[in-house]
Amino acid sequence: MLDALGTILGILLILVVVVGVLGVLALALGTRAGRKKLLQLIIVLLVVTFFSFSLLHLTPGDPARTQKPFATEAQLRPIRKEIGLDKPFLVQYKDWLFDFVRGDFGKDYSTNLPVKDSIGQQLGISLQLIFYAQFLALALAIPLGILAAYKAGTWFDKIGNAAAFGAIAIPPFVIAFVLIFYLAVQGGWFPTQQYVAFGTDPAEHFKHMFLPAVSLAIAQIAIYMRLLRSDMIQTLQEDFITMAKAKGLTNRRILWRHALRPSSFTLLTAAALNFGALIGGAVVIEVVFQLPGMGLGLVTAVATRQYSAVQAYVALIAVAFVLFNAMVDGVYSVLDPRIRHARVAAA
Amino acid sequence: MIRWRRHERADITERFPTESLEGPLLEVTNVETHFETPRGVVHAVDDVSFSLDRGRTLGVVGESGSGKTVLSRSVMGLLPKKHVIREGSIKFEGREIGSASAEEMRHIWGSQMAMIFQDPMTSLNPVMKVGKQITESLLYHLDISRTYAAELAEALLTSVGIPEPKRRLGEYPHQLSGGLRQRVMIAIALACGPKLLFADEPTTALDVTVQAQILDLLQEQQRERFMAMILVTHDLGVVAGRTDEIAVMYAGKIVEKAPTSVLFRNMKMPYTEALVRSIPKLSDKSHTRLNVIPGRPPPLINPPVGCRFAPRCPYAQDKCVKEEPPLRESDVPGHKFACWFPVGTPEGRDALERNRAAGVPAAVGSDGAATASPNSSTAEVG
Amino acid sequence: MPESQPPESAGTALADEMGTTGLVADAFTVEIAGVTAGVQPTRKKRLGFGAWLAIVWLVGLIVAAIAAPILPIAGPNETFTSIQRAQAPFATISTPGGGTTTPFAEGHLLGGDRNGHDLLSRAIYGARNSLIVGFGAIAFGILVGGLLGLIGGYYRGRVDAVIVAFLDIMLAIPALVLALSLTAVFRGRVPDLWILVIALAIISVPVLGRITRANTLVWSEREFVTAARAQGAKNWRIMTREVLPNVLPAMFSIALLGVAVVIAAEAALRLLGIGLSITDPSWGGIINDGRDFLTQGITAHVVFVGSAFIFFTILSLNYLADVVRARFDVREAAI
Repeated sequence: MLDALGTILGILLILVVVVGVLGVLALALGTRAGRKKLLQLIIVLLVVTFFSFSLLHLTPGDPARTQKPFATEAQLRPIRKEIGLDKPFLVQYKDWLFDFVRGDFGKDYSTNLPVKDSIGQQLGISLQLIFYAQFLALALAIPLGILAAYKAGTWFDKIGNAAAFGAIAIPPFVIAFVLIFYLAVQGGWFPTQQYVAFGTDPAEHFKHMFLPAVSLAIAQIAIYMRLLRSDMIQTLQEDFITMAKAKGLTNRRILWRHALRPSSFTLLTAAALNFGALIGGAVVIEVVFQLPGMGLGLVTAVATRQYSAVQAYVALIAVAFVLFNAMVDGVYSVLDPRIRHARVAAA
Repeated sequence: MIRWRRHERADITERFPTESLEGPLLEVTNVETHFETPRGVVHAVDDVSFSLDRGRTLGVVGESGSGKTVLSRSVMGLLPKKHVIREGSIKFEGREIGSASAEEMRHIWGSQMAMIFQDPMTSLNPVMKVGKQITESLLYHLDISRTYAAELAEALLTSVGIPEPKRRLGEYPHQLSGGLRQRVMIAIALACGPKLLFADEPTTALDVTVQAQILDLLQEQQRERFMAMILVTHDLGVVAGRTDEIAVMYAGKIVEKAPTSVLFRNMKMPYTEALVRSIPKLSDKSHTRLNVIPGRPPPLINPPVGCRFAPRCPYAQDKCVKEEPPLRESDVPGHKFACWFPVGTPEGRDALERNRAAGVPAAVGSDGAATASPNSSTAEVG
Repeated sequence: MPESQPPESAGTALADEMGTTGLVADAFTVEIAGVTAGVQPTRKKRLGFGAWLAIVWLVGLIVAAIAAPILPIAGPNETFTSIQRAQAPFATISTPGGGTTTPFAEGHLLGGDRNGHDLLSRAIYGARNSLIVGFGAIAFGILVGGLLGLIGGYYRGRVDAVIVAFLDIMLAIPALVLALSLTAVFRGRVPDLWILVIALAIISVPVLGRITRANTLVWSEREFVTAARAQGAKNWRIMTREVLPNVLPAMFSIALLGVAVVIAAEAALRLLGIGLSITDPSWGGIINDGRDFLTQGITAHVVFVGSAFIFFTILSLNYLADVVRARFDVREAAI
């Protein structure tokens, strides 16, 4: 069952991906480069799903028995049939793929529940975490980056840079533990783990999600801030900034209205592409905070040797990642001429 | 009646009362601008003085590196604060602005003083619509509504000669041609009706055919608005018919200053003479050698002791290298120059003869014959 | 970095600056961008104070790790009843004789963990694991990935297309997810340490391959390569004698960053509790051990020790990577 916010986010994301993919398709079928891209995309998706599928067989032991170790051979027979172990390898893959595309993600044999039942909510939670983290990261990194660029070279900037550098060096889970210890355990302002749905209690929901999101966001804040700062320092040396100054505009206006937009190219690209990093980071954070998202789901499945479920998790995450990247690609190739123009012009 | 925005009204009347209607609009006295660099202090502008009345045009001419651009930005106060030393007095409408803070200057920029930059492609915000760039200035300084600002912007575009102004308002700079962009920049600069306009090489980045149009436009606007203008350029041809007074700069100093006609008829400084001679003439036959001034301007970090033009000057004597000539007034009032052996005087002619006889490498002699002989060893001293 | 053609994709848009191309972007690129943004090339010959600190830490760690068995510290799995329950160095513990002392005084410089192990010892032995995994994985990645990148970037054409496709596919699965899968595949068949090395090595191949390829592309276009070819030099010779020496400095900096990332990933994997051995000491394992005590508010000490080692190591590596990049990154404009 998808909870309210997760639903909204999920639907939004699916809409965006669908529109993006359709848009990409429309463009792609038009141009040769686009067709080539589309072909590449399909090949990648096939290989990735193939790899996910083969995990069941690559892992040590008998696929059915490892998932249900204390069953008798008689109990295992229907499971073998369910998984399709009696069929040739490629046929298994085809069947599995068809099922996957239709939303049948196999079964978790430790709980005997279909994976798709739990994946819905897990997906929502993971998306929330990633979204909050990105939002926090951008909301803080942009003003900090602007400020750092404005005060470039001053002690403020040097300290800021050093702090950012340090922040990148701290793995998110370390930050998580520090935050948990000081803010949750000692301070008592935040819970140490668990998840509360938005629909159940908005305040509690954000309280529970705050520390996880912050842990993920800190390294991103540092990276985004440095990227923005670097670009903006260059932009601030441009002629049109002096011109804006000569118009009598305030520094704040110049920074936010004139300097920010041409400088945000690298930042936005990095933010868009960063979902890969966030996916990995989210896995660890979910485990630390015991948030029942996709990451925790995957880790639990691996830990309990539920390799059918693992197939589904890996495939789902990978496919989503690839599609998202393809969509960002598509968006960029549409926007690109104008962005490039502005970039070249400002350079 | 358009009024200034509230945040400006009080300050403007406070700071710049109209008591100073007489007297020059801009008075620059002994201004110096130095940059601190890791290699030393760069004396970009050294002891420059001039004054400008309302409605008059001053041309500032010099090679690249002469300090003319730094001068205009320094007077306007647009240079960064770090590593920049500014000395001297700058008075606008009788009020000292040389030491004003950026906060104070913001009331002047755009509304009292404006600047047009050399390259309109880099001086206009590439990701902001043209209309917005104009109305921004209007809305910031004046107490008007958005719709009225848009109308004003359209009117401005028309007044600077841009066809289809309404459409242009919604376009981006890269969609316009170079000449149109420069017109837009002029429109932005003139939007709030400034009293003084700095035009920093306004035509350098444009085609020759467009150059004349832009200069005409500037002159026309200036006349209509009774605006003072400082026209900075390396091209004597640009200032020839369009300025009231010309100041020639070399290596950070003003070396000659005179009303325009006086300068061209009666130039005294050899550098000015060389500049004038380097302008190619239509009457020249094809394949006529262009007259160049060999050598390079001196580095501005440790400026040489004597006259800074001496290494490249065909009239140069020992005295020139040892002592720097002061800026003194000639018999014609308003004509100042700095030279020990000025052009057209007996001393000057003698000096030139002496040099010729000694076979000292010369630039362009007064007979127009060019002997190119790079005097690199002395030109490099620094 | 080539800017002559319009970028083919968002990956290339950002990656142009960092020098990678392809259908899918990777997180390492973004991190590199963040760490190195705004780094100015310097001509300074002498290393700064910070660089020396970083070197001292790393060298000290390596030496301690190698010499661990002969160091005058306790064994990593020895239990000491006095320091059970994760005592910090200056906590009071009671001596058998009825007095009090501190673990520090008893020779446990960093105190003990929950099971009574000496933390300093576990940290040093853990360093062995982490450093082996870190350097091992990246070494493999540079060898394999670097070779692929070099070949692809130099020969271009179809060879390059195949290599890029191969690298892209490997990048299509997010790194940690891939690492988890590989862990599941190799678990039980291979000693735990090797699982991690293999998994992280495989992950680093495409990342390093891309960067090498991008650098190779740039350098291969240079005239001295054409000149060498015109003199009849064989491709292999050109690659190793002309192109490689120019690509290596940039790769060195990236390699340092890579080791830092791998060490963090290794710790993360150990932390996840997917069944990697708990007796084999590791920094991630130390943190995992101390987790419960932290969330229950008893003490954060154990987690702190593990985290500190990870942090300082990563910080040192990042810092040195920056220094190397600033020194060796020859930007055209600076010349």
